[in-house]
Parts: sequence; structure tokens; C-alpha cells
Amino acid sequence: MTQIFGEPITRREDARLTTGRGRFLDDLGRHALAAAFVRSPHAHARVREIDVTAALDVEGLIGIYTYDDLDGPLAEPLPLLIPHPTLTAGRTAYPLANGIVRHVGEPIAMVVGTDRYVAEDVAGLIEVTYEPLPPVVGLTASRDGDLLVHDDLPDNVAAHLMQQTGDVDAELAAAPNTVTFTQTIERSASMPLEGRGVYARWDAQDDSLRVYSSTQTSTSVRAAIAAKLELSPGKVEVIAPDVGGGFGVKIVHPWPEELLIPWAARLLDREVKWVEDRREHFISSAHERGQIQDITAGYDDEGRLLALDVRIWHDHGAYTPYGIIVPIITSTQLLGPYKPRAYRCAIDSMYTNTVIVTPYRGAGRPQGCFAMERTMDRIADALGLDRAVVRERNLIQPDEFPYDQGLTFQDGRPLIYDSGDYPESLRMIRELVGWDDFETVRSQAAAEGRTVGIGMACYVEGTGVGPYEGGHVQVENSGRVLVSTGLTSQGQGHETVFAQIVAQELGVPLDDVVVTTGDTRRFGYAVGTFASRAAVMSGNAVALAARNVRAKALRIAADALECSVDDLDIIDGVVQVKGDPSAAMALSTVAVLSNPLRYAFDNAARAATQFAPRADPLRAPVDEDDEPGLENRDYYSPIRSTFASGMHSAVVEIDRDTCETKILRYAVVHDCGNLINPMIVEGQIHGGVAQGVGGALYEVMHYDEHGQLLNASFMDFLMPYATEIPHIETAHLQTPSPLNPLGIKGAGEAGVIPGSACLASAIEDALGVRISAMPVSPSDLFELLATDPERTRRGSR
Amino acid sequence: MSEQHRSVTLTVNGRTHQFDVPVRRLLSDAIRHDVGLTGTHVGCEHGVCGACTVLMDGRPVRSCLLFAVSADGAAITTVEGLAAADGTRHPVQQAFTECHALQCGFCTPGFLTTIAAALEDNSHPSEEQAEEIISGNLCRCTGYQNIKAAVLRAAELKRAAG
Ligand code: FES
Ligand code: FES
Repeated sequence: MTQIFGEPITRREDARLTTGRGRFLDDLGRHALAAAFVRSPHAHARVREIDVTAALDVEGLIGIYTYDDLDGPLAEPLPLLIPHPTLTAGRTAYPLANGIVRHVGEPIAMVVGTDRYVAEDVAGLIEVTYEPLPPVVGLTASRDGDLLVHDDLPDNVAAHLMQQTGDVDAELAAAPNTVTFTQTIERSASMPLEGRGVYARWDAQDDSLRVYSSTQTSTSVRAAIAAKLELSPGKVEVIAPDVGGGFGVKIVHPWPEELLIPWAARLLDREVKWVEDRREHFISSAHERGQIQDITAGYDDEGRLLALDVRIWHDHGAYTPYGIIVPIITSTQLLGPYKPRAYRCAIDSMYTNTVIVTPYRGAGRPQGCFAMERTMDRIADALGLDRAVVRERNLIQPDEFPYDQGLTFQDGRPLIYDSGDYPESLRMIRELVGWDDFETVRSQAAAEGRTVGIGMACYVEGTGVGPYEGGHVQVENSGRVLVSTGLTSQGQGHETVFAQIVAQELGVPLDDVVVTTGDTRRFGYAVGTFASRAAVMSGNAVALAARNVRAKALRIAADALECSVDDLDIIDGVVQVKGDPSAAMALSTVAVLSNPLRYAFDNAARAATQFAPRADPLRAPVDEDDEPGLENRDYYSPIRSTFASGMHSAVVEIDRDTCETKILRYAVVHDCGNLINPMIVEGQIHGGVAQGVGGALYEVMHYDEHGQLLNASFMDFLMPYATEIPHIETAHLQTPSPLNPLGIKGAGEAGVIPGSACLASAIEDALGVRISAMPVSPSDLFELLATDPERTRRGSR
Repeated sequence: MSEQHRSVTLTVNGRTHQFDVPVRRLLSDAIRHDVGLTGTHVGCEHGVCGACTVLMDGRPVRSCLLFAVSADGAAITTVEGLAAADGTRHPVQQAFTECHALQCGFCTPGFLTTIAAALEDNSHPSEEQAEEIISGNLCRCTGYQNIKAAVLRAAELKRAAG
């Protein structure tokens, strides 16, 4: 059997995506009505009046809807998706503003027109009278508590959560050395190239709804629509078509538009579509990252971390529809590959009058990594030790797995690392980047008048969180193998990797396997694509289903060929007697035999009759514990997450005149267990690193004091182009996960996690200035060089 | 209020289309919704991402920054028109698959048209030139490394094809 699993097979998605035959949301519903939204220009205001008079004469106007038009569950606040005991003051918005708006971009009215141009004309003519209220912008303002985002919450605190292990106070008191510092990390956003979008078709005769949404979770969108529009879930189909990137923002659901567009389609009995424009994406989708971190660390003279005490203020924006997943992840993943004796992390999740904060690739981990890795650098700096050596002394050792960190992870399960080899990873990254020879590089550069520095950062990433995913595998009479899973795809190549898994497990040619994801018509139960979970969850689920199909195929074939199951193998889609290829039958024939029909209506059925075992008159045609068809549905539900890990190292050069940072080298050692398709994993790393670089050097959401997002366009929000992203050198370590049948771990988010920590470390090393706020721009560096009080003490390089 | 309409004639991928459009209709919308070729994508509608790039009389243009009426009479090539008449994919389309230069594929049509045009001018781009060629297009998925590799590979395939 040729090896398919683990091979860098090119993607089957590409044939359509490179020829313009992809089907993204806005490629559908060419004749649908178009929706546009009136959104708040104020960060905080009461909505006094909505006057539509001037808008009514626009040709092509179909309808204008405000909160007053909503009823039933749709008129209630949007669901708080992930409640948590510490989220004592969770707040969500209404689909359309109910008298008050809490961030610029909050939807107030929906317009439906014959096309988008018309709908926007109408939206522009609707006059809304506001009573502006003072906005709370930024974490410091929120923490001060002088002004309130929700007037019933006197401290702007949504949640106060705490994770701890060991006795931090005692360890800190006893520690020979301590260091205390504060650092901040700015807001950024997922920013997929395709924004959100929804297209709905109501079938009045059938009382049913079909909705297409550019989402990371079609099954949950379906459940939300059914609940909010009071429809039976069986009457709602949700399909994620080709999705142009997600990176977290599209896991949030239901977005107001995901309810309002289907609602309008039913109300009007017409097809309705809404496609988010770029400005809307900036001001009314979601951001992430913003935190202030106060850190105190106690360590011994060898650099071993004894106690870590972290206090974090997390900017959650105006509402908490996705709960407090991001700060929970920060607080638990902060520990990385290390094992301090005692750890405490207290986080206040704060409301501000800005766009909501929900997971963006990395989901709180980059912040945690920034806290921990900068602590390691501080310790090394204070003790005059090599930064790699300090890390080495703190690593969990290979013989300590499974390693229990003593905390509770985002899935509510204990934070137990399943496997890994961190010392080997460190050895590999040192070798890959040439860490130990860097002083030579530095002095050579210095001789040429160039300023260079090197940095490093390590992370552990909990991936493949539960509760479950399912897979369905079916062999058609044609021999074609249909595979489906409920979770969605946004560029991860699932059609290829799931096909690889099934082809390998079943023993069929890759080309015979066709994969469908994110379509509730094909698979109704799923959780969604987030937390680097798709390959682990659905990958294992389709593997299990394929194994079951294989077993059934062998059983049926053994019956027909009158041999034992153990004598059979499936090779290239043919069930054969081992060592006797003449005794064989195609899997397609087995498929026909699996379904004892009365009717032989095609050639496949006729061909199969020669194999049909003589009917045993004492046995039912379909056994009690059997079912017709060569297909199976199975689920994978892990006991807990599996933990991937990695280490990054970067070499930077800083231009002394312009203070510009150029990344000369970027090295990645990555361990996500067994690789299904190394080419795709590598691609995931590249993309993650690029987003890490963006977050470290360029991307920030510039809110002014009025809560206006000043850079809400691609012109002003500096997403990296090819010219900003370095060549990425990668090396893979593979420590299989013992938790799942395929031994795999997630890979989607890893690349982004250590970016800020790694580059801060490198820049600090180059310039000798303390970097405690990310991203760091040339102007920031210029300021720091002029003013950093610590710089002389550490001696500038 | 009723809008002013004009008739436009566009030759898209060798086929001539004549239709009435409101004068403010963007070329990107006309291609996607009037002509019905949805391979051209819109990522920003303000000229920065390059996803909407099409070739107008052989030169790459951002179709979100042009009105359909201002393209009247032009010959447009979209991503759907890159392949040969017999369906053989353009070298750059092949190279994108080989080098894994796309993930979600949303930015891809803009890269493909941009690179295809650049290779007409420069059949032997250097690594720096490969970066330069794609430096005006945004991709949020790939980190560009494989796209740069695909530019070089596409040039190689194109040279081999003659
Ligand atoms: S859509 Fe035209 S440049 Fe972005
Ligand atoms: S492949 Fe997704 S934006 Fe480029």
C-alpha cells in the first residue's frame, strides 16, 4: 500500500481556487436582494430617534428595519455563548441597537434593497438622533472606573478570574531574587481577506430555510438561527461555502447579520444577502490581544523560576458574547514549557467602548507567551546568563510526561501536557539559528557598522480541545468514497488531509475520496474550527469511521469470497486475498453487496450478483446489529487537549538612523506530533509567523479618545506585505500524542504565538533598550533610544 | 431618485459582453455580478489588497478602483481567462499548486493575474524581483514565502513551455 498519510501531497482544493471556480459567499445568490446596515458613528450614545423619511423615496428600497421590528427571541440580547462561573457580569448586544450603542459600528438599522448600492444609499439617508455619552476607551480608562460602559456595572469588570498552583506568596518571600515589571500588548485582529457574509433563502412551501454563511461553525449557526427564529433545526440548513480565511473571528456566532438576514428572507419571502465591507469588518466584527500585564517573578541564582505572580487587565471591548475564553487561555498557557514551583494569574476582563474582543489565531496565547518569555529574558539579564541557558534550566523534562500543571484549561479539564521533548526542541532551535555562534555574527556586523540582535521564545499550545467532532465515510456503488465532517474549512486544506487519512485507513486511491466540510445537510453534529482542533478532532473522527467501514468491507468480502477476514487486505480500492490477487473484488462491488436491494438497476448491481453469497434462509438479509450500506459514522471525543509545542528564534537588524527593524532570519522548531501533510503544516506555520510579525511590528488598532477607530482600512492598518515577512526556516520534531489514534496535535495557531516575545527579545538584544510594549514601531524605538533609563545600566551595544 | 445608466462593452476573456450599468458601478462589481465571473475577488474596495486585480489590455489594474463605464471598450482578462483554450492551466496556476502558494484562496486570483502579467515582461525574475512582483498584494494566510517560490516556479514552467 502506498503511503499517503504523512506525505506532502498537493491540495485538491487548488484546482478550483486557482481557476476562479471557488464559491465564496458573495459568489452565491447573484439575484438576491442586498442588505446594508446603519451603524453607530458614536462609541457610546443613546439612540433617541430614527427618522427614515428622507430615505423612503429611493428607488429599489424594499425595507428598513430597526429594533422595534424585532420580536420573540430575536428581540432578546444575543446569546452569551460560553458562560463561565467567573463571568459574573456577562453582557451581549441586541441584533439591532435597543436604545443604546456601546461602540462605533454597532448596528442600528438594517436596510434591504434591490442591490447593495441602493441599500447603502438608503442607509445614508436615514437620520439617527443620538445623545452622545462619554466613552470608555482603553484599559487604563476602564480600570479607573470613572466612566462606565454598562451603567449597572460600577467597575467595568466583566469577569475576575484566577488560576493558581503552589504558594506564590511564600515562594516569592523566600526567593533569593525577584523582578517586577509591567508590559502591554496592543489590539490586533484576525482580518481575513474575505469579510463575513450571509446569504439566506426561504422556501415558503416547505417552511424551511437555507443559509450560507462565511463562518467557522455552520452547525452552531444553524442551532442559533433555529432558536432565534423559532424554527425546528430540521428546517434549517447552514452551509459554509469556500471561506476566505477566518483566524478566529468567524467562530463567533450568531453575528447579528446571521440572524437578521435569514429573518428578512423569511419575512420578505425573497433571497437576501449581506456581504461585509472592509470598514464594517474593522468596526463591527471583532479584535483581540489588548492586555496590560503586571509581573513579579522570584528566581534562584541559577535562573530557576520559583514563583510567578501575574496580574492582567484584559480589554474585552463592549460585550462578551464569546465569554472569557481569551483570558482563560492566557492564564493557562502562560506557563509554556516551564515548571515554576508556584504560579498565580489574576485577570480582570474589562469592558471598554470598543469593538468586541474574541479569539484571533493564538487566542490569548501570544499574550501569555509574551509574559513568560520576557520574564525568562529578565532573569537572564539580571543574572548575566545566556537566555537559552535560563530557559533550559526551567524546562519540563521528557520523562516528566504526562505533566500536570495543576490548572484548569479552557475545556474545563485539567491542564496536563500529554507529550513533548522540550530540551530537544531547544537544542534544535539553537542549532538551526546558530544561537551559540551569534556573538561572532554580532561582532562582524558591528565591524560593518550594523546593529543586530537575536531573540528566542518558546511556547506550548493546547490543541484539539473537545468536546467532539464526527466523521462520516461512505463507499458509493461507483467506488467513490464520500467523506464528510461537520466542522468548516477556511484554507487549512481539509479536503486534502481528511482524504489522505481516509485513503490510508481504507486502502483506496486518494483520487477516489471526496471530502465535504461545514455543510449541515451532510453532517449535522459538530462544534467548529478553532483552537487548532480540526485535524485532531475531525481527522481522528474520519479515521475511526474509515476503520469501521474497512472492517465492514472485509466482513462482507470474506462472506462473498468464502474466506476469513484475516486473509484479506484492501489495496487500491480492491479487496484481495493476501498472496492471491486473483481472489479479489472491488470495493465498489462490496458496496453493492452491502445493500441487499430488490432491484438491480445498474451495471454495478448486476456485476455484484456473481459475488452475492447464497442467501441463508434462516438469517435476515440485514442482521439485527447491522445496517445496509457500506458507510459509517463515528465520533472522536478526547479526554482532554493534546499539547503541541515549539520554539522560535529571530535575528534582527535595526537601522540606527531610521530605527526600522529588519528581520534577517526567522527560525522555527515545531512539534505537532505526527504530520498528516508536512507541506500543509509548513504553510500553517508560515502564515502564523507572518501574523506574529504583523502583531510584533506593525498592527495596532488606533482608537482616539472618542472611541473612533482611526485606522479602519487597509491603507492605515499595516498588515504585512511580502516585503515585511522574512524567509522562515523550519525544523520539525515529532512526539506523537498518546491521546488519539493518529498521534497528531494541532498546528493552526502555533506560528503566531511566540512572535511578539521573540522579536521583542531580539530587538532588546540589538539595542539594549527595554522593550515592554508591543507592537514596537520605529518611532517607539527612537523614543526608547532617547529615553530608556535602564539602557545605560545594561550598557548599550 | 433614479440613476443614470450607460451601455458598456467589455471583452472579458475573449468574449464580448454589452450591458447597461449605472454609471457608478465598479468594474469589480460589473465583472462579478453583471458578467457573472466571480473569480475576481473584492477584499477591501479601496485599492490596497490587490485581490480584485484583473488585466486590462494586458496591464494589471485594480478593478475596485475603476468604474465599469471607464473600462468601456477594454479587453479584460480575469483569473478565469488565464488557462489555455484547451483548459491547460497557466504556468502560474500550476506553480501555485506545486508550491502550496494558497490556503483560503481568496487573495489568489489577484496574485495570479499580477504574476501572469509580470512574467510577460520578465521571463527570468530573480528572487528579489519575485518579491517585488507580489509586493502590492495582501495575503493573510500564507506568509508569502510559498508565493515567492511560485513566481520563480511559474517562470520556470513558462520558459519550459516556450
Ligand atoms: S479589492 Fe481592490 S484592491 Fe482590495
Ligand atoms: S490564501 Fe488566504 S488570503 Fe491569501
